[in-house]
Amino acid sequence: MKKVISRIGTAAILALVLMCSSKSSYALDRSYTYNYDYWGDVQNTPDFYSPAKVFTSTELNLDKRLLSPQGIYVYNDSVYIMDTGNNRIIELKRTSKESLVVERIIESFNGDIDNKKFSGPTDMAISEAGNYFIADKGNGRILKLDKDLNFLMTFDIPKDSSIGDDVSFQPSKIVVDTAERVYCVAVGINKGLVKYEADGTFAGFVGATPVVFDFKQYIWKKFATQEQLTQMESFVPTEYDNAYIDYEGFIYACTANVKEEDLKAGKTDPVRKLNLLGNDILVRNGVFYKGDFPVYGDIYMGSGGGYSGPSLLTDITCFDNDVYTVLDKNRGRLFSYDDQGRLMFVCGGAGNMDGYFRNPIGLDHMGYDLFVLDQLDCSITVFTLTEFGELVYTAMKQFNKGEYKQSGETWQKVIEADGNYDLAYIGVGRALLREKKYKEAMDYFELKYDDENYSKAYKQYRKVWVEEHIVIIVIVILALFLVPMTIGKIKSLKFQIASSDAFKF
Amino acid sequence: MFASLTSKDKWQRYLKSLKFALYCISHPLDGFWDLTHEKRGTYAAANTILIVSLIIRIMKLRFTSFIFIQVYWEELNILTYIASIVLPLLLFVVGNWALTTLFDGKGRLGQVYMATCYAITPYPLIQLPLMIFSNFVTVDEAEFYSAMSLISLIWIAFIAIMGMSQVHEYSFGKNILFLVATLFAMLVMVFILMLFFSMVSQGVAYFISVGKELLYRM
Repeated sequence: MKKVISRIGTAAILALVLMCSSKSSYALDRSYTYNYDYWGDVQNTPDFYSPAKVFTSTELNLDKRLLSPQGIYVYNDSVYIMDTGNNRIIELKRTSKESLVVERIIESFNGDIDNKKFSGPTDMAISEAGNYFIADKGNGRILKLDKDLNFLMTFDIPKDSSIGDDVSFQPSKIVVDTAERVYCVAVGINKGLVKYEADGTFAGFVGATPVVFDFKQYIWKKFATQEQLTQMESFVPTEYDNAYIDYEGFIYACTANVKEEDLKAGKTDPVRKLNLLGNDILVRNGVFYKGDFPVYGDIYMGSGGGYSGPSLLTDITCFDNDVYTVLDKNRGRLFSYDDQGRLMFVCGGAGNMDGYFRNPIGLDHMGYDLFVLDQLDCSITVFTLTEFGELVYTAMKQFNKGEYKQSGETWQKVIEADGNYDLAYIGVGRALLREKKYKEAMDYFELKYDDENYSKAYKQYRKVWVEEHIVIIVIVILALFLVPMTIGKIKSLKFQIASSDAFKF
Repeated sequence: MFASLTSKDKWQRYLKSLKFALYCISHPLDGFWDLTHEKRGTYAAANTILIVSLIIRIMKLRFTSFIFIQVYWEELNILTYIASIVLPLLLFVVGNWALTTLFDGKGRLGQVYMATCYAITPYPLIQLPLMIFSNFVTVDEAEFYSAMSLISLIWIAFIAIMGMSQVHEYSFGKNILFLVATLFAMLVMVFILMLFFSMVSQGVAYFISVGKELLYRM
């Protein structure tokens, strides 16, 4: 008896353990690259990018090891690394897919200025005319040099009443447009990007993030004492972390100054696309079960593996097909969105393996290859497109060129590679829609809950259907009216005949 | 039971009482008075209306266009879904009867149930055509769907209030007062039920842990 009971007991415990273990192993199964579906569920996808090579100081044969590099800039086939800790800029040339060679090391420049050295350069940009713009953060200036490193001019602290005399100017990130106007992200300036005209005059602030108004806090402030007020956070716009100017001259800006609850309530946008007036024109049309798909990185912000909170987007870059990628320094992930704000892929993570980061800080691209700079590892990771990624980009390119049939076929191949890739279904649907195959397009949109595109297809389908069946529709409507009318008429006639005196004999 | 189905008289009475639901929703005051006092309503009809409403509500999940209802099938439990409608209904009926019976309410438990079921007649009447209609619209025309859906609910609430006043022979003010009180009664019942279930589950857990302890010691 005792044996039987203990056996049942062990069996029960074993079953319990098995149940628990099977559940946990299922939950932890996440691939290197993933995506979110309509329901916000994580869907593993094939790799979109794979790390081709990781370059450290040793691989690059540098005389001095990189020291806390802060920025990366790509111009044609040259890669510039801001070796901030060593006060210099390293120019690398990409000679083949997997090799970077040191071209020159820029430590000083020539010209008519006292201080010809950098102090902690954090970013640079090269204009169309070939002039160098360097954010010399430690010296509080933005330098403009010609391509032979001769000094041309500086952009200094903006003369604005809102900036006190005691504030030091610390330009950290810069972008330059085609007319050599400079837009700068500076530490402590939260009114947006500092804009300079080409001649160096300060032209105002561009694209301040709108202030989040909190009614509860407003009420609190009404009753708070002076001491409490000073301890409270003030309503100020958030600073940008980084900016990127795309091929059309729009500025993509991102900020890591976000709070979880603001993101979830849709009060702040960490990624913005600014037009000339500084208005946010980023499209957020992704399909999601509650509203539009959020462009703020990871949807789930729970803690795990020592990381918690929202994605902290620290750098952004945009390809010529309007796909933009942001870099999350919190979990070391890359998020890529297409021009409609739909998530293309998420990859990366924290760690020491190739393709994982410890403290990523900079992101740029060459063609469709991505370069990620890690300030703690002092390494540059080069990502190249996989076959899967190339398929997706090809399908998008074909669609934009108007080759809808080919685009549909390419998306079909994407579906074969990954049946959980929502964008592929919508891509096939959009291609079918342009080919006027409305019914098939509707089926694809319905599969992935794309109600906007479904409605577009259905509207056309309905129109065509009505036009084809107009005769039947008219007949049915007439019948609906005429049949009861005739029946009524006949009945009343019968009644009249029956009750009429004329027929009474 | 089957004898009653074959009996022509009862069958006709059932159909008549079912048809009377249509009169109730268009003439609530007169209809609900006759429902109980003239015995023109039957439990069979009331049950039919409730079951048809439930079936239509479940059918809506599958057959409404995805523009309006998106269902996460992985997490849908049909039994809890049904319970989420039936349980509040039963709580309302019991709570309302329990309160009004103390304050001169003329309605009996069965009559309150019958009146409530008759009051939800607009739901199947509007939602079924709306469900079919939803498959023929685009996002731009979605407003019509939500407006009609709202109308069906307002209609139900309106005739339910009317029905209760007739069943209990209450004046308008007293009726509203006791409907609000019913809501509180429902809350109290939910609270007691939860208390009851948590106590039962803790009691069961106690004996299970005693059993486990015994197993370890053996």
